[in-house]
Amino acid sequence: MHLDHPVTMPQRHTHSAEPLSADGTRRALRVGLGGPVGSGKTASVAALCRTLRESWSIAVVTNDIYTREDAEYLLREAVLPPERITAVETGACPHTAIRDDISANLEAVEHLEETLHPLDLVLVESGGDNLTATFSKGLVDVQVFVIDVSSGDDIPRKGGPGITTADLLLVNKTDLAPHVGADLATMADDAKRQRGDLPVIFTSLTSDDGIREVADWVTAHLTEWHAKAAV
Amino acid sequence: MSRAALLLLADGRFPAGGHAHSGGVEAAIAHQAVHDTDSLEAFCRGRLHTTGLTMAGLAAAAAAGVDPLLLDDAADARTPAPALRAVARRLGRQMMRAARATFPSEDLERLAAERPQGAHQPLVLGLAARAAGLTPLDAAHAAAYENAGGPATAAVRLLSLDPLDASGLLARLSSETDAVATAAAQAADRVAAEGIDALPSASSPLLDITGEQHAAWSVRLFAS
Amino acid sequence: MSPAAQLVNDRAALAGALSGAEEPAGHPHGVRATARIHAAYNGRVTTLPQLRSDGPFHLRRMRTDGSSAKVGIIGAMSAPLGGDRLTIDVTAGDRAVLEVTTAAATLALRGPTTAPATYDVRLTAGEHAGLRWLPQPLISAAGSNLRQTYTVELAATARLLLREEQLLGRTDEDPGHLVSRLLVRRAGRPLLDQQTAYGAPEPGWDGPAVLHGHRAVGQLLLVDPEMGTRRDPVLLREGSQDGSAVLTPLAGGPALLATAVAPTSSALRELLDEALAHALRE
Repeated sequence: MHLDHPVTMPQRHTHSAEPLSADGTRRALRVGLGGPVGSGKTASVAALCRTLRESWSIAVVTNDIYTREDAEYLLREAVLPPERITAVETGACPHTAIRDDISANLEAVEHLEETLHPLDLVLVESGGDNLTATFSKGLVDVQVFVIDVSSGDDIPRKGGPGITTADLLLVNKTDLAPHVGADLATMADDAKRQRGDLPVIFTSLTSDDGIREVADWVTAHLTEWHAKAAV
Repeated sequence: MSRAALLLLADGRFPAGGHAHSGGVEAAIAHQAVHDTDSLEAFCRGRLHTTGLTMAGLAAAAAAGVDPLLLDDAADARTPAPALRAVARRLGRQMMRAARATFPSEDLERLAAERPQGAHQPLVLGLAARAAGLTPLDAAHAAAYENAGGPATAAVRLLSLDPLDASGLLARLSSETDAVATAAAQAADRVAAEGIDALPSASSPLLDITGEQHAAWSVRLFAS
Repeated sequence: MSPAAQLVNDRAALAGALSGAEEPAGHPHGVRATARIHAAYNGRVTTLPQLRSDGPFHLRRMRTDGSSAKVGIIGAMSAPLGGDRLTIDVTAGDRAVLEVTTAAATLALRGPTTAPATYDVRLTAGEHAGLRWLPQPLISAAGSNLRQTYTVELAATARLLLREEQLLGRTDEDPGHLVSRLLVRRAGRPLLDQQTAYGAPEPGWDGPAVLHGHRAVGQLLLVDPEMGTRRDPVLLREGSQDGSAVLTPLAGGPALLATAVAPTSSALRELLDEALAHALRE
């Protein structure tokens, strides 16, 4: 039953998000967007696609709680052609699909890379979940954690892996702050305390070009990623 | 053999994609055929003795060293519903990814190269077991256990059942799971003398019908 | 012996029986019979050079309006009963076109023994041959114990239409024990291999994963090398209390399989007829 040949197998770099494709080219940058239900993940993905699609080749993987709702929103909004949007079913456990068992998401991402080659950027949107949900480093290169002011201005203070470790914390719906009594300054202070030097962006997607700062952050990562490829 | 390797392979936490599949129980729940612990147990028992036995036979045969391409054809012939073939191959790709990283072997590399779109999941499971130094019976156990355990876990989420009741029903099914695994391994043992037809082809009409129906739903929680 | 160990033995015996390795001993009172039908094409029409009735199978040549041949099987005695070993061997040679039907439903009954009866149907179709196997339903009566095996060998250019209907129990009775295997090879490769097992002591057979109370179950297989392009599955009556069916393309060749469950034989036939209409649609 044992291996007939006691040679060590060359470790293939295809299991997870290794930066090189099988053909040696640098694959697309994978950016995860996670966060609680209703914080504006899908709206952020849509806004990013609209802003970046002229400059970069983009695809999106959604992880809906109840399949296809988010994917269908993106299709309805026509932010990308349908072949660039894929929905992954998560079996009622969206955090499992982005963290503990990422195989279905990797399948989806790799399928997009194969069919849309060359691809610069894949946005992986998690299903709305709780504050502990983070992306596996095997799935994404950088991750954005999206919260919003209306869910309570104490969320940054409470912390949790998403708040403290995400490469970018996005605090959404700042236009609602006066209506829900959220103190943006306190949120910023708490976030700073939890995150140290990691960036935080406050935004309102209802304003014109509200996604601009986030798009610039993604663009910087994209530029750096593809600059490495050129070396 | 390493008993710990078998536990790793059979663990629901093994990252091979199984958590997003309900083994047909999401459709059965939608049709009110499964609604409580008793009906779930009946479902798991029926699945175990039909597709469970067939998948366990394929896994055991792969672990025994039967040509995986022949087994892939045999698995196709035992899976008339295209939705379930697609699921089996998708899960096969996901199992392949996990298995190559966990139990690297030439057999797995060869099959991955020959079936880039994925082989049926039980064969990949069988080859992973073989690579881990496990026996055909071990591979059959892992396949049979997953066939009952997958729907039970999914039903806990879908029906908000008490997870202790689900564990209890799996415990009640354990001797039948053992029996199915043993029968599957014995069948795999006969392949050398009798050919591939010696493998079980136990099937269920409802799983085929509802599996295809489920794939056509526009809204669902599980991939199958 | 523990129930689990018993199950292992039963399964092993069953698998052995179905693979032909370990045939159950026929009961001394059981009937052994092999009927044979051989159809051949003589360059103009299909002829029947061999029509061999045996045991319970009385074969009758039936009138057709074209160049094909048709044979009716008429039950000459009650069969299969426990302990019987029955075989029907049907061959449509190259370019022959043959249809086989039965005059009445086949009723599996408890015999003088509880030993299983075996009923083997062997269907062979040569190059450019056409074979239609359209019997009346098989009824698994209380106390019966039958192992039915279809072994179908098709040449690459052969056409096949096969319908198989099973009724589990007569009105208001529990069914007997019915194990069937349908094994179809096309050009030497496996096209379809399915085994079903219904009735006590099969575990879980009537549960929500297998039949969920349905008492009529059937399949219809159409193999036609001239079948059009890729076919999508067709769903018939999803979620209905009157049964449901699915028509699906098989992986191994130009073939469509309808699988249906229904509460009654008439509902089952309706579903299979509907599926056939879909299958024949271009």
